[in-house]
Amino acid sequence: MDCSEIPLNQLPMGEKANVAMLISDGAARRRMLDLGIICGTEIKPLYKSPSGNPVAYLIRGAVIALRSDVSEKIIVSVP
Amino acid sequence: MGLTNTSTGAGVLNCCGLHIKRETQQDKIVALAGNPNVGKSTVFNSLTGLNQHTGNWPGKTVANAQGKYRHKDRNFIMVDIPGTYSLMANSAEEEVARDFICFGGSDAVVVVADATCLERNLNVVLQTMEITGKVVLCVNLMDEARKKKISIDLDLLASKLGIPVVGISARSCKGLDCLMDAVCSVTESSNELKPLHIKYIDQIEIAVSMIEPAVEEVLQRHVSARWVSLRLLDGDESLLKSLKAYLGFDLTDNDEILKWTVRARDFLREAGIPHDQLRDRVVAEIVKTCEDITREAVVFEKKECAERDGKIDKILTSRLTGIPIMLALLFGILWITIVGANVPSRLLASGLFHVYELVSQFFLWIQVPVWVHGILADGVFRTLAWVISVMLPPMAIFFPLFTLLEDLGYLPRVAFNLDNFFRKACAHGKQALTMCMGFGCNACGVIGCRIIDSPRERLIATITNSFVPCNGRFPTLIAIITMFFAGTAGGAFHSIVSTLMLTGVIVLGIAMTILISRLLSKTILKGMPSSFNLELPPYRRPQVGRVVVRSILDRTLFVLGRAVVVAVPAGLVIWILANIHVGDLSLLSHCAGFLDPFARLIGLDGYILMAFILGFPANEIVVPIMIMSYMATSRLTELQSLHDLYALFVNHGWTWLTAVCTMLFSLMHWPCGTTCLTIKKETGSLKWTLVSFAVPTAAGIAICFIVAGAARLLGIA
Repeated sequence: MDCSEIPLNQLPMGEKANVAMLISDGAARRRMLDLGIICGTEIKPLYKSPSGNPVAYLIRGAVIALRSDVSEKIIVSVP
Repeated sequence: MGLTNTSTGAGVLNCCGLHIKRETQQDKIVALAGNPNVGKSTVFNSLTGLNQHTGNWPGKTVANAQGKYRHKDRNFIMVDIPGTYSLMANSAEEEVARDFICFGGSDAVVVVADATCLERNLNVVLQTMEITGKVVLCVNLMDEARKKKISIDLDLLASKLGIPVVGISARSCKGLDCLMDAVCSVTESSNELKPLHIKYIDQIEIAVSMIEPAVEEVLQRHVSARWVSLRLLDGDESLLKSLKAYLGFDLTDNDEILKWTVRARDFLREAGIPHDQLRDRVVAEIVKTCEDITREAVVFEKKECAERDGKIDKILTSRLTGIPIMLALLFGILWITIVGANVPSRLLASGLFHVYELVSQFFLWIQVPVWVHGILADGVFRTLAWVISVMLPPMAIFFPLFTLLEDLGYLPRVAFNLDNFFRKACAHGKQALTMCMGFGCNACGVIGCRIIDSPRERLIATITNSFVPCNGRFPTLIAIITMFFAGTAGGAFHSIVSTLMLTGVIVLGIAMTILISRLLSKTILKGMPSSFNLELPPYRRPQVGRVVVRSILDRTLFVLGRAVVVAVPAGLVIWILANIHVGDLSLLSHCAGFLDPFARLIGLDGYILMAFILGFPANEIVVPIMIMSYMATSRLTELQSLHDLYALFVNHGWTWLTAVCTMLFSLMHWPCGTTCLTIKKETGSLKWTLVSFAVPTAAGIAICFIVAGAARLLGIA
């Protein structure tokens, strides 16, 4: 299976992907961990805000809005 | 818009820290923890009969609140602590929550979890269980879960976790008895629980066991030694600080602990887990445990439970319709408020002035001195009558409507829609939420700023909060608009024009909030926006009856009560100022005359500016003070409708420009006294309180000056 790895903010709406890596550190990383975003977590972008940033993601059954500065630091692997 | 007795004024001062007073030794302390927005406050209210503010957005409860309930002839003191996603203290709320669970001396911790989203909620459950064994898991929103075809095996959950698990639907009060029974049995010391312990990978377990004995000796079972050891390994500075405050000495001063911590960290590094990876490993283990437990205990009969909300949100937040719908909703609420308030306002005014006649006649009949009649009837009673008739109807309509939207879960969507503007202003995305709270009361908005972690962005949100008109200022705006602008439209357009103007004023307030935030970010509060995440909770059907009753009883009457308390002395002062003469003129005229030249420059007059100054204790009384002072200088006594009021104002030289500038100044001037005190308390700094005072004032003066100047230059005023 060939996987390509892209930042979460480039994932098209409605397409599921799994987290491959978190490249943030410090408080920002801990906040991601609190939401249950770890390697392997499935994330699906649901819809964009009027300006396209932030974007609402489905993460472990909850809908969480992330700004692109956060989502670009979550690397996901697309099957 | 958390405006109740418990969330403002006295309630804030009472909000408990770590020290809960037991009335008797037998009283049990129960902490209420869990993720944000899972209904902790609803559980709290149902059990204690109190009215902690509830609403469907994460972060309403920013400080501990406590209440009591009785069960099986025993007193339980319940403490509602802020909702958190974790207890690893990444934010102020998490610190408050963790400190209470660790050091609050609670006899039991109830962790409330959302049945529709149990997996993520278990994170806090497991973390709480690491700190204390006396945990009850309360799975709330069982009814919602059933609707979404999610079935939860509570017994299996209980046996997996090793703690009592109770399923409830707090909003319909189902299952609360079982919850109280479970809490009761956990608090009985004889009842030993065997809670699940998360087993980390061997290397971490070995490292923890290296530190644990030394920690145990020092802590003597106050707090779980295993957990503290784990936090020591992680290097949790904030916990060390709290431990120091609680124990009275620094754990890291202990040579044994220090020595073993260093050794354990060295061991981990050699075992291939560098320090910066430890947190990831620990969290991953907890998350994995949550996954394992929910895989067995929770069955989703329908896969995508967020589907329906997703469809609604695509409309409410899309590029084309998101912001227009938001404005339409704002317009709708304001329109209902203006139209609905019209008739009751008139009835109240004529009723109260009828009473005024009676009071007046009674005073004359018992032959009180003229000055007593003047102070009580003309001064106090008339001001009061104006405050009540102008304030009460719009508030009694606006508050419940706004609360319904809040209960539904719309506010986070507002934040989602507006976030782009706040991001560009280098401000925090949750500032949109604190701004919305400001519509109710700016003091509440300022307290709400605690949901913003970064100090820089919290200050920005605090300073700009008073740019949205609070409920004390709405009636002022509505009255002026109705008198000066909508009147000319006439007929059916009357209310629509009024509403459009009011919507315009509010949009201007929001625009100023964003503009000033941007200015602050570029000047005295330089910095980049911090990362944030905003949860968009599922929509919930609002509890209409409860919302209406509570928002009228708690919020409306509370605000009105405050206004009345301030209006009485203000009416007194105005009457005295108007009736003590120095030379030919009253003191009032002297003061107004002194302010007049400057006030004219910004399109107001001396009386208006003085009304704003005297209205510092509460914005509600600004218009009544204007009326009082104009009346004191004229012989007009009949004043029962807005039409009479219009005539009074025009007689004193008001033009459309005066009306516009008064509205602008009402929107942008110093925050009221309560808000200033709250800012002082929240920021702990006189400097930032002064900045919060000066920034809106300067903006208001500047804009009024420009508008007045431009209108005069163009010759249109």
